[in-house]
Amino acid sequence: MRKILGITALLIVVCVITSLASSSFLSAYNLENLIRRTALFGIISIGVAFVIVTGGIDLSIGSVVCLVGCGLPWLLTTHHWSVPTALAAVILVSVGIGLGHGLLITRLRLPPFVVTLCGLLLYRGIARGFTQDQTVGFGSEFKALRSLATGQIPLPFLSGFALPAPWIFLIAVAVLAAIFLNRTIYGRYLLALGRNEDAARYSGINTRRMIVLAYVISSTLAGLGGILFVLDVNSAQPVDFGNFYELYAIAAAVLGGCSLRGGEGTIVGVIVGAALMQVLRNMITLVTTHNNIEFAIIGAVILLGVIADELVKRYAARRRAARALAAEGAG
Amino acid sequence: MTAPLLRATRLTKSFPGVRALRGVGLTLNRGEVVAVIGENGAGKSTLMKILAGVQTPDSGEVQLEGHPVVLDSVLVALRHGIALIHQELNLADNLDVAANIFLGREPLRNGLIDRDRIEREAAVHLKAVGLDVSPRTPVHELSIGQQQLVEIAKALSVQARVLIMDEPTSSLSSGEAAKLFTVIHDLRSRGVSMLYISHRLGEVNALADRVVVLRDGENAGDLERADITHGAMVKLMVGRDLSQFYAHEPHPPGRPVLEVRGLRSRVHPKHAVDFTLRAGEIVGMAGLVGAGRTELLEALFGVTPAVGGSIRVDGQEIQPQSPQEAIAAGLALVPEDRKHQGVILEMAIRDNLSLASLRQDQRRGFLNRVRELALSGEMMSRLRIKAPHDQQVVQFLSGGNQQKVVLGKWLALRPKVLLLDEPTRGIDIGAKQEIYRLMEELSRTGVAILFVSSELEEILGLSDRTLVMHEGRLTGELRRDQLSEEAVMHLATNSSPSPSPLSTPALPA
Repeated sequence: MRKILGITALLIVVCVITSLASSSFLSAYNLENLIRRTALFGIISIGVAFVIVTGGIDLSIGSVVCLVGCGLPWLLTTHHWSVPTALAAVILVSVGIGLGHGLLITRLRLPPFVVTLCGLLLYRGIARGFTQDQTVGFGSEFKALRSLATGQIPLPFLSGFALPAPWIFLIAVAVLAAIFLNRTIYGRYLLALGRNEDAARYSGINTRRMIVLAYVISSTLAGLGGILFVLDVNSAQPVDFGNFYELYAIAAAVLGGCSLRGGEGTIVGVIVGAALMQVLRNMITLVTTHNNIEFAIIGAVILLGVIADELVKRYAARRRAARALAAEGAG
Repeated sequence: MTAPLLRATRLTKSFPGVRALRGVGLTLNRGEVVAVIGENGAGKSTLMKILAGVQTPDSGEVQLEGHPVVLDSVLVALRHGIALIHQELNLADNLDVAANIFLGREPLRNGLIDRDRIEREAAVHLKAVGLDVSPRTPVHELSIGQQQLVEIAKALSVQARVLIMDEPTSSLSSGEAAKLFTVIHDLRSRGVSMLYISHRLGEVNALADRVVVLRDGENAGDLERADITHGAMVKLMVGRDLSQFYAHEPHPPGRPVLEVRGLRSRVHPKHAVDFTLRAGEIVGMAGLVGAGRTELLEALFGVTPAVGGSIRVDGQEIQPQSPQEAIAAGLALVPEDRKHQGVILEMAIRDNLSLASLRQDQRRGFLNRVRELALSGEMMSRLRIKAPHDQQVVQFLSGGNQQKVVLGKWLALRPKVLLLDEPTRGIDIGAKQEIYRLMEELSRTGVAILFVSSELEEILGLSDRTLVMHEGRLTGELRRDQLSEEAVMHLATNSSPSPSPLSTPALPA
């Protein structure tokens, strides 16, 4: 809770600063765009959060976004597959990728970093291969399908503002993810094994299966993200589509309170983290004249956030230890 | 009168959740061997670490030859001539013996390591500890006992005046231990002082000039050479007579619950193990470290699946390939390494207690929070877990309370067979007694209990029957009326009945 409040406060501060510094921040166009991007990045960030909770990492997300984002228009326009078949195919590929990662990590005991780093290279390479590095897109077709990402849902009682359609997906994913993580025994298993895999296994938890599941969730949501990203922007260049998205997702999850050591994280926190990432990027575009320092600023902000969090955590741990000692001494 | 070589007064040290030392004192004279004994958790290791500069005390004073010193790092302690020989050896096993002896203070010549000098001097120190190996031998080729001697040689190479040995014989064979004792005698006659920590009272009896007994972080008393007897040491350690400490009543054994035939663990695939556990029985399992006891329990529990043999629970054959399958058959294991395998340190007491029974209590995959709350309340009071509330993170509990949490996790499943691996290691006396009480209580309700312990007193005090292992084999089974320290040690070392290594350690006259 403390963490979510902290990150929310930071989000508000950044928003206020940006709106003071740039008049276009609060414009309807900018806000709508910002909120839409937040939903898209929120979805892939929730995915990677599941992997991070197990103490693992998924570096392949951006490449899965690329593979799916290029694969969908390629299947639809070049190969003229039907919409349901093409959607089913790209989702199936995403699920399969996660399954493959999970099995390599749990059965062969390969480090997640290595497995998903190879995935990062592999899937983008495949996408560049079958598209022959050419931009793929929907052109002016598939308007109905594209409205899944570009559409707007008017909100009752709020005139002049409509909810971008990806928020429907984000809310559905977030609600399901939060229920799964906090209310089911499997969510508890994930949190437990993220803290201590051995103790979880000794307690009768099928830790391998749970870890595989986490990677499947991550890749599947990356796939869903890929679909929505390409529907949103209409076309994809395989060479850089989804580039660095895994890092935005991981950063959002970490800002949102997921510990890279595993066993910790909340879905709401991850969404706020994703929003913060997008606002930061937006601020850099609006306030500074050069986009090229974007990474420097984002890197610095994340680093400061993590340092502050670590310091607060140490302070809290010291206080708790002192209290526990006092309680035991009295008891 | 001259001041003693080393004098520690009123040392205190607290850790999160534990007061390890509360005003402990100790003196050590030149050329004296002082044994420091006490139950697990009595504060021995903390005291040694303070003297060796690994940890700093919260308060208290250490004097060397009458001058107060501040031992705030291992380096400072070494400079004062105090060296700690760790329980777990601290050698770099990829380097050779000479390099290890001079690790971190290599003599240089022209900016490069002076190998000739290192090897020459190492040879001298190796001779002093009676180790007949070349200084160029890689450490990983040495036995544990030889590595220990290398550690001692390393300490001598810095002109250590005080050697602190923490359970030096815990992983040595009896031959290696005898050799170590010879070295200790030799060093003593050369004026080196030693603090000797051991659980093995036979060794202490044979070696020590004086015994310092710790209990619950305080001095329980000292014994001069003439007063050192097994009974006197135990009485000071436990604080009462043994007969009161283990309130054991024999249990009439019921039906066979666990039948193990020809079981081969992955570590000792050549040795098949057979035994039967009956309902309501408490069976102890003794043996030296490395005898294969933990591996046997892990094979039974499916952690490291057995490579052969059969396991029957209530007549049903099982072949557990994972703890999950063993648990489904009615087994539970309190593992040896509590902090890594038993509890999840960063999780709350309640979440730890419910972890194993989540599956059984689930409602279509959803957590049953009502049941979790009830379970944790029940276990907190039944096991007397001392914590302000069940949302307390387990990390901040004492070892004893952590172990109770592990037990509570299994009790929620009502196991038929409870396997315990060193269940009282590193926990205080009060919690120990409560765990014994709980084992008694469970056995009365028909649970079959098999517990591995390296503390002979515990085996003697608790078990209806004792199985003894040696190098992967079951070397014998002792009924309660056959049970004695000598009988257990004889089977555990697989030696002829006399001389037992404990009652008459092989020492030079």
